[in-house]
This record gives sequence, structure tokens and C-alpha cells, in this order.
Amino acid sequence: MAKTVTDVICPFCGTLCDDLEVQVSDDGTKILEVYNACAIGAEKFLHSQAKDRITRPRMQQEDGSYKEVSYDDAIEYTAQMLANAKKPLMYGWSSTSCEAQSVGHEIAETVGGVVDNTATVCHGSSLIAIQDVGIPSCTLGEIKNRADVVVFWGCNPSHAHPRHLSRYSIFPRGFFTGKGHKGRKMIVVDPRNTDTMKMADIGLQLEQGRDYELLSALRVAFRGEDLPDVVAGISKERIFEAAEVLKNARFGVIFFGMGVTQTLGKNHNIDEAIMVTKDLNEFTKFSIIAMRGHYNVTGSGAVLGWQFGFPFATDLSRGFARYNPGETTSNDLLRRDEVDAVFVLGSDPGAHFPISSVRKIARLPSVAVDPHITPTTEISKLHVPVAFVGVEVGGCCYRMDNGPSESRKVVEPPEGMMTDAEFLSRVRDRVGELKGKAPVGSPSTAQVQGA
Amino acid sequence: MAEYLIKNGFVFDPVTGVKGDKKDIAVKDGKIVDSVSSSAKVYDASGKTVMAGAVEVHAHVAGPKVNEGRNYRPEDKLFGTRAGVNGMRTTGGFSIPTTFKTGYAYAQMGYTVVMEAAMPPLYARHVHEEIRDTPIIDEGAFPVFGNNWFVLEYLKNNELENTAAYISWLLRATKGYAVKVVNPGGTEAWAWGLNCLSVNDPVPYFDITPAQIVKGLIEANEYLGLPHSMHIHANNLGNPGNYTTTLDTFRLNEGFKANNRFGREQTMHHTHVQFHSYGGDNWGNFESKSDAIMDYVNAHPNLTIDTGNVTLDETTTMTADGPFEHHLTELNHLKWANVDVELETAAGIVPYVYSPDIKVCAIQWAIGLELALLAKDPMRCFITTDHPNAGPFTRYPRIIKWLMSKEAREERLTTFKHADKVISATHLHGLDRELSFYEIAQMTRAGPAKALGLMGTYGGLAPGMDADVVVYDINPEASFTPDQIEQAFTAAALVIKTGVPVVENGVVINNGNKRTLWVDAKVNENPQVLRDVEEKFLKYYSVSLNNYEVKGGHYIPNPYAIEVDATQ
Repeated sequence: MAKTVTDVICPFCGTLCDDLEVQVSDDGTKILEVYNACAIGAEKFLHSQAKDRITRPRMQQEDGSYKEVSYDDAIEYTAQMLANAKKPLMYGWSSTSCEAQSVGHEIAETVGGVVDNTATVCHGSSLIAIQDVGIPSCTLGEIKNRADVVVFWGCNPSHAHPRHLSRYSIFPRGFFTGKGHKGRKMIVVDPRNTDTMKMADIGLQLEQGRDYELLSALRVAFRGEDLPDVVAGISKERIFEAAEVLKNARFGVIFFGMGVTQTLGKNHNIDEAIMVTKDLNEFTKFSIIAMRGHYNVTGSGAVLGWQFGFPFATDLSRGFARYNPGETTSNDLLRRDEVDAVFVLGSDPGAHFPISSVRKIARLPSVAVDPHITPTTEISKLHVPVAFVGVEVGGCCYRMDNGPSESRKVVEPPEGMMTDAEFLSRVRDRVGELKGKAPVGSPSTAQVQGA
Repeated sequence: MAEYLIKNGFVFDPVTGVKGDKKDIAVKDGKIVDSVSSSAKVYDASGKTVMAGAVEVHAHVAGPKVNEGRNYRPEDKLFGTRAGVNGMRTTGGFSIPTTFKTGYAYAQMGYTVVMEAAMPPLYARHVHEEIRDTPIIDEGAFPVFGNNWFVLEYLKNNELENTAAYISWLLRATKGYAVKVVNPGGTEAWAWGLNCLSVNDPVPYFDITPAQIVKGLIEANEYLGLPHSMHIHANNLGNPGNYTTTLDTFRLNEGFKANNRFGREQTMHHTHVQFHSYGGDNWGNFESKSDAIMDYVNAHPNLTIDTGNVTLDETTTMTADGPFEHHLTELNHLKWANVDVELETAAGIVPYVYSPDIKVCAIQWAIGLELALLAKDPMRCFITTDHPNAGPFTRYPRIIKWLMSKEAREERLTTFKHADKVISATHLHGLDRELSFYEIAQMTRAGPAKALGLMGTYGGLAPGMDADVVVYDINPEASFTPDQIEQAFTAAALVIKTGVPVVENGVVINNGNKRTLWVDAKVNENPQVLRDVEEKFLKYYSVSLNNYEVKGGHYIPNPYAIEVDATQ
């Protein structure tokens, strides 16, 4: 007989589904089956069961081969690297718990590091736009219960956030939305004919890189002013039609993704999208929500926020927190040779950063903490495998609407494996010794969760 | 634990009735005691002022809207960011300081207990994570109830016991401290872009009025016998002429009598009354109605208030009054953040500059001071800035200066750009009262502690109470300038928190022994409420019921649960 763990939180994307059911073997060591998850989420759980999983730290040798080392050695190497560096980059933090992030921040404060998360190549531009013009938003349950107009702009949830449409945005029947998707108008704006676009009631397939123009045109249309015949490849009749649908919504929402945050215009696109939302609040109720990627990138921004006051790109090298995107962001630091060591946890810059940055990481002293083998672990001097957060250890994580959940432990990690938080706590203590001062210390008696 | 003796200070303690007598305060094992052994560490407080640790009744210091304020205002960190020294953490932020700065700055002023004024239940974990990371001070958080669908439905049908059972359930699920109400009904209306501006405006769909919500929650609060009363931010905040709505809200409290074992006497606490005391009908004839408001407050002992003093700073407004923040961004055109929270509440944020050159801001400043100066019973009127809404909490020493010195406030009042207009629209110029140290201790210590149901533990120096002792470097019997008052209250000479010295000579020396307060109210098992909870989670929430409750563990590493038994 197998037992079933219910209400499991999926540690994959920012949708943070919390209704998974996982069947585990009686002794609690093996995952047998994952229910309710999307294909990506299920794979995350099942991948933890891989027979060829790395369970001990390994150091890359001169010839490119790997040598297994103990966790003690890995802790010593990491602590030495961070303590000896003038300005280490401590990047990632988006696929781990808030407790681990918090310990990482203590280390960064002690060694004078830069803490940056994956928003730096994702929704960092959205965060900058929010700093410019604010953000009218709501929780995902509000969409479920009230929304009758839903816009997806530069995002493709059918593939990137597979259960978003069924749990929150299009299909569910909520309190004031008893007709489910039949009562909702779906507008999709994307240069590509994506699978999400194919579902749209109004699909606006605009010219690539013309999002800012189209958003501005909508603001003109809301005010009933005239437009050129075609804007961003869309006829003015269709723009006026879309504007009317938006204005006549009872409760509307715009979801946006990397199609607008990391294309021409970047944060200015989001500025304009937020102002579209603000304009619409003159007529009705409207919200805007970023489709956050990693399951806890939002949490990283939250913890950085309450501890230092900035959502990403936080430079502690002077002992206090500085934030200046373009200067304190990871790629800018790497490409200008401003950091002399790289520590990565809970992300894969090897796969997602420009090759010019990846080359820099490869040349620097580097440690990658990740349960998987990734392009980043392959170019790092030390790879420290850890237990999967949300599978083998619990911890707090934040959904794309900033809602926090406590993820669940469903199985034991392989014998003797450390968790992120345990590994970081040991590194913190050792760094404190090396720096000849007591670690700055958690201000309270916060416990570190772990096996 | 060590013993301490604070010798020869001028003690001001409303709990024991000591009004500036020279007295020794003895501390042992975290408690105030009658005497200590000769091995006790002695602090010489001669020529100085001694009070209990101060108690903050209402501030927005932890949680999602506070953090959104931090993250969306990098400019708030432009000045005052400091590296951590001596084992302390790095600090930053002015109107919305980081959690580390929040704990340190409160402690430096002699505050040892702080209540977070609005916790959205769905975000309770976030609130508790921030509270955990706020050093030194004991904290509790008030979950918001005034726009909660369960409450609206139960109260519409006059189901008192179900309302109480739901309150008990939600306090436990969120580890909350009290029943907070913000713009009752209006925030639910805001989900459709609407508002409730009077106590009789019906809530869309739910067909209940703010008046019914307020009375129902007072009744449920007293049915349970919670430590604190229903704590309200009324409808129609911030608008000219709103004092009538405030008086209407006060009147809903008539006839209620406190029922609790904590010594609390009020059944309604109305917060940041400054924002609710406006006359006139537009910004041109905007004027103070603090006299009408305080006449009512003074005559009704079952009501307590806090002031919400405007400090004339650039700050960040944030409230669960979603429609108000939208109104504000339309007024000042600064960046607007909003979050509507499913089934529960909403919140908005807008930066605001209270400029001494703007007539309305100066009138608001005067109103806040008038409320405290017109209060006949300082045990029922507490000093707040509704941090950060009317100004940052770090300005308390300046407010105390204005309240204790007519000279200081006249200097400010008469140098406003529109001084003549401000004087004619307010009563402050004619008020000669200067509050005493004893009255300050009532308004910042004994009063709020009693209103929160914590009078046996905090806010006083009687033997048996928690040893939260503060020494201020000011001699009440010598002459001093107004600025010396502000200086003394800004950086305490000594702060002992639950028996541990945490501040010496204005410098934080210890991260303390922080606790999280919450109220565990037991009621008879109520199958209907449990069934309703299950149904709402199944159908309408976007999280599952089993993932909703904040369990202790790493969220609340050091809990201080206050138990209430309402099973009879």
C-alpha cells in the first residue's frame, strides 16, 4: 500500500498550484505517482527520483573531470571563496525557500556580496516600472471570482504556466463568475500565433517590438481621440473594439510576460501597460499581474525587500544596501569584471545568461548549489547538490500575486543530503569565523527547517 | 537571568500612580520586582526620567503592503541607510524602514510592544515572516474583518455566534491578535470600483450596511471577550466634512459594555482620528472639527482613540481602505499600488508629501495635536502617526515635544506659509495646555496597554509586570528646552526589554528576545462555520484550506499566546 500526500504545493512555476496529490511508498522514500500537476510540475517531482542523481558535492578538476568531495569540504571551499572575495556575486534564489534566502542574505552582508535574483533577466524590468508608476493589482482568486475580461500580453500560459487558465484566469467558476469561461472575454496580444492566442476571443497579433505603440494607442482610444489607420500592425477599428471591451469590463485584468519585459522598450512597455490599467480604473475595475516564472522568485524579492528595501540587484559590498539596476545587476557586474567570485543557488544562469556573462562565470571561482546537473553546475568549480525544496524539504514560497504558501516535504532526500538552508547556515557560520567576527546573526530565533 | 536596579530616577508610572517621585526600579528574571540582591547591576538614573516600555497601538510595520511600499520606493532609502555594526544588521528606509530598522528604531525610542494594524488573512505568513525578522520588540498583528465575506454573510443574517466562531477560527489560522475593521463594506465595494462613504451605504451584492457590520463585530468581540476591542478605521476617511461620518460611527458603539477578563473598558477603538475630524465641504473651506469629535470622545468612556498625527514629512500612505488610495492618487498623481485580496480585503499605497507650505497639510497637523490636547482622559487617547500614513513612527519624539510645549508648536504654527488661514481653520492657537510627563506615559504606555488588554504585562512598572523599563536623559525638575524633550525621547539612555538591556545611550546593543503575540480564543465547536469554511475554500479561494493556516514553527519561533475561553 502506498500513502497519498494531499494539498502539495508545486515548486515549479509562479502559479504555485497547491492541490497536487503525491503517492509515496510506505517507507516515505519513493515518489510513485503525481496527480493534478501539469507535465512540467509532475516531472519536477519525478526527477527527484532519478537513479543517476548526484548526491554528494563534486569538485571540477583541471582536466574537466569531477571528484566527489564531502559536504564539509564543500562548505570550507565555499566559505573561503566568499570570505576571500572582494565582491562576490550571489545569484539565483528563485528556486529555494525564503528561509534559505534569508540565510544567504546574512552571508552576503558579512562578506560584502551582491544579491541578485532571476528577475534580473526576467521581470526586473517590471519591478523598475512599478517603481516608476506603481501597480494596481489583485490576488488570483479575485480573477477567479470576478473577472469577465482577461488579457494576456506577451505571455503564453498554455505552455509556461499550464494550469493558470484552469485554476485562476479563464475556466474556473467563481462567486460572481458562475458561467466560467463562457462569461469571460479573453484578449491575447502577441506577435506569435501561440496556443494561448488560438483560444482568444480577440487576438491581436501585433508587429514584434511594437507593444509600447499599441499600449499607447489603447490609451488614446480610451479617451476617444483619433488614431492612425494602423498601429503596430493592428487596424484602428480593432484597437477601438478592444478598447471598448476593456472599458466595459466589470472586472478586468492584464497578465503580462517576458514578451513585453525583455523586448524592445523593456520597463517602458510595463510603465505603459500599468498606465493602461490605471486609466481603466477611471471607467471600471482593472488589475495587472506579472506572470512570474520561478516558483519563488517573488519570495526572493519579498525577503530582499523587508531586509534591505529593494526587490533585486542589491549590492551589500559597502556594508549597506545599494540598488542601481544597470550597475548592480548580475550581467552588468559580470561583463564589467566587477565581481571576483560567483555563488549560484536556485537558478541556472549558465542556461539563461548571455554567453559573454557565462564565460566570465567559467573563469571565476564559482560554486553552484543545485539538485540537478545544469549548464551552470558544469562551468562551476564546485557543484553542491541539495535536497529539492518543495519535495524533500518544506519552506515558504510566494506565488506570482505575492501570496505566501508553506511548501511541503513529501519524501525523504537521499541519505545524508543537505538542504539549501542547512548548507547555507554552515557556510554562514564558517564565513563568520573567517572574517574574525561573529556572524551578523539572525535577529530572532528563526529556526532553519531541514532534515 | 541577571538582576538590575535602576536607581534614583524620576519615575512616571500611571499603573502604580507614581508622578515623578524619585524611586528605584528593580528587575529580576525578566520581571519587575520589589527588590533585588546586592549583586544586581545598578544603573544610576539620577536626574533622569524613568518610564515603562512604550506600547504602539497602531502602526503598519510588517506585511505585504508595507513591503510593496519598500520595494516600489527605492527613493525612500536615499538617506539614512547604515551598515550593521556590533552584530546588528544593516538598516535602511525612512517612511517604510526595513524590518531591522523598524525593531531598532522603536527600541531606541523606548518602545517594546508594537501592534501591526492591518493583516490581510491570506497574507498572514508574510506578516509573520516580517515580524520574525523585526528584532527586539514584541509584536502582534490585527487581521482585517470588516470586508470579509464570512462576516458580511453572517452579520446580514444576524448570526452572532457564527460570527464569533469564525473570528476565533481566523485568529487561530492567521495567529492574529484583534478584530480590525477598515472602511467597513467600502473595501468590498472597491472590488467593483465603488465605495461606502456613510454608515448607511449598502455594500454591493451583500446588501448589508457598514453600521450593521460595525455593531455586529463589536457584539461578537464582546461575546468572545477578546483582550482588545473592535478596532476601527471608519468610512469616509480623509474627506472634508467627514467628521459627521465619524460621529455616526462612534454612535454605533453606544450601549455596549466591555466583557473581558483583561481589564479593558472600551468596546470600540477608533484609530487615526485626525483623518476623520474634518469640517468644510471642499479643500478651500477645509477646517478642524476636533472639538466636536473630542466632546463626544470625552463623554463616552467605552471609546478609545489614537491620534494619527501628521508630522509634515514626505511619507508613504498605505491602508486597507483601497478606494481611499485611489482617491488619493487622483489628487496627488503619485504612483499608486493596489491589491484586492479574494474574499477578505484590499490595500492601496500612494506616496504623499505633507508640506508645511500647503494649507490642508498644516491644518491636518494642527488637528492631530488638538485631539491629544482636548483629551480629558489621557488613558483613552493614544499618540500615533498611523505610521507611515501621517508620518513615520520615528517622529514620535517630535510630536511629544509639540504636545509638551506650547512654545514649540506656536513656533511651527506661526511660520506656516498660510499661517493665518491655518490658525483661523483650527483651534490649536487657543490651546494653552502642555502635557506632562505623566500624561505622556498615560498616552504611550498605560493607556494603550490597557486598551489592548495587556495591562497586567506591559505599560507599567508594578512588581510582577514584564520588565520593560526605559530611562530618558531629561530631568523633569530642571528647566529644559523643547528640543531637549525631542532629543531625550529620540535616543533613550537605557532600555530594558523583558529583563534584557537592549539600548544603552541611544545605541542598540542586543537583538533582544522578541515574542509574537496572538489570541487563542476557544469557542464551542461550530459545525456550520466549519462547513462554511470548507465550502468557501473549495469554491472560491485560490488556495486550499489545508494550506491556509499559519502553523507556528519558523513563522512564529517565539509565540506568546493569550488564551480566551468563550465556550460557556
